[in-house]
Amino acid sequence: MATLTTESRPVRYALTAVALLFLFLFLLLPLIGVFWEALHKGWQLYLTALVEPEALSAIKLTLISAAIAVPLNLVFGVAAAWAIARFDFRGKSLLTTLIDLPFAVSPVVAGLMFILLFGANTVAGSWLQDHGLQVIFAVPGIVLATVFVTFPFVARELIPLMQSQGADEEQAAIVLGASGWQTFRKVTLPNIKWGLLYGVILTNARAMGEFGAVSVVSGHIRGETNTIPLHVEILYNEYNFVGAFACASLLALLALITLLVKSLVEWRLHRQQQASTLRTAEARLQAAQP
Amino acid sequence: MSIEIRNIRKQFGQFTALDNVSLDIAAGELLALLGPSGCGKTTLLRIIAGLEKPDAGQVLFGGADATHTHVAERQVGFVFQHYALFRHMTVFDNVAFGLSVKPRRERPSPEEIRERVMKLLKMVQLDWLADAYPGQLSGGQRQRIALARSLAVEPKVLLLDEPFGALDAKVRKDLRRWLRDLHNDMHITSVFVTHDQEEALEVSDRVVVMDHGHIEQVGRPDDIYEHPATPFVTQFLGDVNLFHGRVDAGQLTIGSYAQALSQHQDADGDAAVAYVRPHDLDLSLQADGALAQGTVEHIHAVGPVVRVELQQADGHTIEAAVSKERFRALGIVPGDTVYVTPRKLAVFLKDAAGQQDYVI
Amino acid sequence: MSNILNLRHSVLPGFRLSFGITLFWLALIVLLPFAALVYSTIGMGWDGFAAAVSSERVLAAIRLSFATAGLSAIINLVFGFLVAWVLVRYPFPGKRLVDALVDLPFALPTAVAGIALTTLYAPNGWIGQYLVPLGIKVSFTPLGIIVALTFIGLPFVVRTVQPVLEDLEKELEEAATCLGASRWDIFRRVIFPATLPSLITGGTMAFARATGEYGSVIFIAGNIPMVSEIAPLIIVSKLDQFDQQGATAVALVMLGISFVFLLVINLIQWWAARRHGAR
Repeated sequence: MATLTTESRPVRYALTAVALLFLFLFLLLPLIGVFWEALHKGWQLYLTALVEPEALSAIKLTLISAAIAVPLNLVFGVAAAWAIARFDFRGKSLLTTLIDLPFAVSPVVAGLMFILLFGANTVAGSWLQDHGLQVIFAVPGIVLATVFVTFPFVARELIPLMQSQGADEEQAAIVLGASGWQTFRKVTLPNIKWGLLYGVILTNARAMGEFGAVSVVSGHIRGETNTIPLHVEILYNEYNFVGAFACASLLALLALITLLVKSLVEWRLHRQQQASTLRTAEARLQAAQP
Repeated sequence: MSIEIRNIRKQFGQFTALDNVSLDIAAGELLALLGPSGCGKTTLLRIIAGLEKPDAGQVLFGGADATHTHVAERQVGFVFQHYALFRHMTVFDNVAFGLSVKPRRERPSPEEIRERVMKLLKMVQLDWLADAYPGQLSGGQRQRIALARSLAVEPKVLLLDEPFGALDAKVRKDLRRWLRDLHNDMHITSVFVTHDQEEALEVSDRVVVMDHGHIEQVGRPDDIYEHPATPFVTQFLGDVNLFHGRVDAGQLTIGSYAQALSQHQDADGDAAVAYVRPHDLDLSLQADGALAQGTVEHIHAVGPVVRVELQQADGHTIEAAVSKERFRALGIVPGDTVYVTPRKLAVFLKDAAGQQDYVI
Repeated sequence: MSNILNLRHSVLPGFRLSFGITLFWLALIVLLPFAALVYSTIGMGWDGFAAAVSSERVLAAIRLSFATAGLSAIINLVFGFLVAWVLVRYPFPGKRLVDALVDLPFALPTAVAGIALTTLYAPNGWIGQYLVPLGIKVSFTPLGIIVALTFIGLPFVVRTVQPVLEDLEKELEEAATCLGASRWDIFRRVIFPATLPSLITGGTMAFARATGEYGSVIFIAGNIPMVSEIAPLIIVSKLDQFDQQGATAVALVMLGISFVFLLVINLIQWWAARRHGAR
């Protein structure tokens, strides 16, 4: 019954209108603005901005650092989720808190910590430099900073999912004689694949888009240590708006794909859940029948 | 206050929850709405409360049309199946809620509220929990607080949705008796929904048995149990054995068994089903006058009655319940052949469509 | 290892391996950098620390960072609740799209958000042009910082409040209606208190994120010292001048304030949860 536990129609309409206006002004308009600014002077200029050597090298570096950071954090995330969601041990909540730590730290402070660790005048930094590896103001530093800021995403996505699913199915598989690896591959993975996919996509989006932490450790050397977001900043500060927004539009597109995948994953998980509740209800009905 | 329900109809999409239901509830009565899940009993209760609007029909409170009266003005107390206590409020504040949201000029003074709430809490024997939160209470305690909360606004009608549904067996029994006593003291018109026939028969003044959005039978508990009006009611109220036969001018024949009936005088060789409760079947080692015969399959001799399961030649099972003495006198063991005679049976004709053919 | 950890027996294998990977990666990526921060703090000494953070400019930046983060969190509490409410309760066309859009600030790189917002709110921008005649200046003012931080923080509030509103039993509202409460009474006394813990959590997350935010702010803020210069920018500019000690000191102050703030909020939550009974 509609009128009992909801508001009168004018109130409903007014509240919906205010909420949608707010979202339009704060979320949608900036998004539209990016593509408008990138394209309103024509495709020609847009494409030119993207194939410029410095832009290409920024894209390349972004792809490289994401290609390193994402698989590493994927392996870590799955391992952490397995340990935390499937076992009971002392210090579990401390471990969970520590995994979340990179979320709580300003990206700038994250960058700062790596400078303090690997900077030219530190013990570790100068030792590595003597052995021919420069970390800060070079690609390794960018990769490290990226790994740091995207550290918790996969684990964060998987832990609640695996906790809610429980360990019954895996225990059943072990009892039936499956090895640990078989159990993981044939029971765990199919159950978590959608959550895992979203975790990876989110990690990737953040890895490619990270600005603050990478900015601190990169040194902004054009054509060498510039990622797409850093390149956007440089172009913007040089008043090359078309170029800046053209590169920004790539990242915005990535964000849209991320949102799309998220909606898809949520829909799948929702359907999975619905299907299983339906199945239980049917089973119960059948059991109740004489 | 009396309640009249006239020709209520309610549809949820394709599903007909209530199909032209009418019912009179007398002032001060304790009425049970009994039926399987999906029979429309909860919908009817919610329509009486004003939580749902009927698609057609009327609800009258004390003779006045209340169909379009808002819930808040109907002065009904509603106790929800899962209690719906406000988690963030103390027990005291939960019970005081109805009084404290009254418009300023009708609202009692804080002292008066305090006094009334404490009185109610004493009545439900939980005044010592006034400062606790619902999360700290047991199921039975929550149930009683929910009841106290609904009574605080001095409702004219008390409605309870599966009031004991979520409790364990022991607490259930205690609360049933307690609700009965409470109703005797207060004499407020009360309607409660249940799917448990034992609960309905034990607690209420009258029982309304419902199925598929229809009322099947209304009556006093003993009346309904002794004289079920339909095959559905017969089966819903307890275990029953089925025997298929024919009725011709008030004469029932099942195989070689024959019995004169007081009803169905105009029946003309119609197919019929006789329903016999296990404790209405007598066992015998003699074949004369027997309704059926069978081989003893199982004997459950725990408790005051002995339940005997017989297997008929056609594979159907008969269940009979006899006293310990009778069982000893018979001296039967599994594998024996025994005969059954009914002390009492309910006969329903099968209609043309065979709709009433319930099979156990 | 299992003894120290008090590991409860399980038939599932792989604890050593998964726990080992977790610990190793955590130590390398998170704990080691933190250790570096702590180490360089110890080496700094009190005088160096005090000198770095007591300058007017640094203090103004820290004040600005926390003030704008606080204001944007308050804006997000109001509008985030409204958005969650509308998404959960009212039907409207395109709801799924709108629901997906709420996560945009999570997915959109901060630098992109920064330049987009700056362009929108510039005096000749799509929104800015209507604000200038009203005498409202957004770009290069603290107001601009609040706009950017509001953008960043919105999903935190919406996504923590939304599930709580979804799970709110309809019976609670029906019970209150039966007892004679008006819609407003029900909102004020039943719905709002039930969502309050999630609002506090969401607001805290938005606030914490906003205090450290850098990418989306630096473009729109204009970074005028004493006026619109945020604390993370102070850290960056100190690093640009190779003043690692000063940068560390400012970072420590920010971490310290955030930590105390989070601690207080957690204590409040813990206290509220205990009061209402754990069950």
